[in-house]
Amino acid sequence: MNGVHDMGGMDGFGPVIAENNEPVFHEAWEGRMHAMVSQVAGRHFRNIDEFRHAIERIPAPLYLASSYYERWLNAMMTLLVEKGKVTREELVACGAAPVDPAQPANHHAAPPAKLRPRKPRFREGDRIVARNLNPTGHTRLPRYVRGKRGIIEHDWGEYVFADSNAHNAGKHAQHVYSVRFDARELWGPEAPRKDTMRIDLWEDYLEPDHARSKASKRKKP
Amino acid sequence: MSGSHVTVPTGAALRVKALETLLEQKGLVDSAALDAIVDTYETKVGPRNGARIVAKAWTDPTFRKRLLEDATAAVAELGYGGPEGGHLVAVENTPQVHNLVVCTLCSCYPWPVLGLPPVWYKSFAYRSRAVRDPRGVLKEFGVEVPFNVEVRVWDSSAEQRYLVIPQRPKGTEGMSEEQLTDLVTRDSMIGVGLVKAS
Repeated sequence: MNGVHDMGGMDGFGPVIAENNEPVFHEAWEGRMHAMVSQVAGRHFRNIDEFRHAIERIPAPLYLASSYYERWLNAMMTLLVEKGKVTREELVACGAAPVDPAQPANHHAAPPAKLRPRKPRFREGDRIVARNLNPTGHTRLPRYVRGKRGIIEHDWGEYVFADSNAHNAGKHAQHVYSVRFDARELWGPEAPRKDTMRIDLWEDYLEPDHARSKASKRKKP
Repeated sequence: MSGSHVTVPTGAALRVKALETLLEQKGLVDSAALDAIVDTYETKVGPRNGARIVAKAWTDPTFRKRLLEDATAAVAELGYGGPEGGHLVAVENTPQVHNLVVCTLCSCYPWPVLGLPPVWYKSFAYRSRAVRDPRGVLKEFGVEVPFNVEVRVWDSSAEQRYLVIPQRPKGTEGMSEEQLTDLVTRDSMIGVGLVKAS
């Protein structure tokens, strides 16, 4: 989903403010929250992708107004209700104050991936374009790389596909690649010439850069 | 402590307490187990782990090689592993490349080697700006990278979790692994700091 969580490249959040000698948890409830998610997620939630998506489904104005562990709190309650572990009424009655998500869990599942051979489609050095995908469900393809041209730097091997896994729509394991993008490709000619990005992208996010790719050339008879 | 200062619980504190009570009644959480998890992150897992890894990499070339090839396996030799550490990758700063790690979509971070992330790493300011204006962010941390050095930003968008191996400072040639460990800061292993000789 094109959520407010997809922040790479946005303006307006001010300087980065670091705190000296910061405690692990600033308040006791943060530690309790962290531990509850650790304990419940493994037993009762399907996977981390589902939890991340529950955070993304927090209504955007509230997402921005919440701290990190407040977002965990809201996301955890959303999943507990959706999985029937507790009712919304119980959460209201006890004072936990659940927040209704901006959209239901399976509002949109990723399109069913085709059965694929395990052979990777890309090799190191291949030129690719990040596809211009705008799924309304979970995705790990940030907006700032969509449509941009990059180079495969490394093949990390096969990983469960977050976009389908978050929606219980299958694992669709596929290769994940470290992809290099030049800062100028992402941010324009003002960006420093030498600077680059590395981002880990699933194969379904990528297509050969037909103008330049070795991968597309290989496919020619 | 005078005992007269009473902290009024924030809204979140009351909500989390209410949730914990409800989940415990339902048998979904166990308070003693929660205590143990909190204790682990407050006392056992932290950037000292990463500092030991870096110091070892600086002093043991064969370990450094293993770390760069397969960081998950290499840090397991030192007993480190666990949640958010299943696919660790070590990236090395050199005179030509300065690495910086971010997670723009949430706040992914290599917990077993650095502990839980600081608030600034999870902040909207860092998540939004580290990819587009990394040099500006670095300046706010007091780090100026010359333009003939590549700033390489790693966005932790999949399962890989990144640990920066900072450059070993000059003037530390005679130091032991333990002394070097004391020099390595958390920020230098995220890429927003440099290691200084003292």
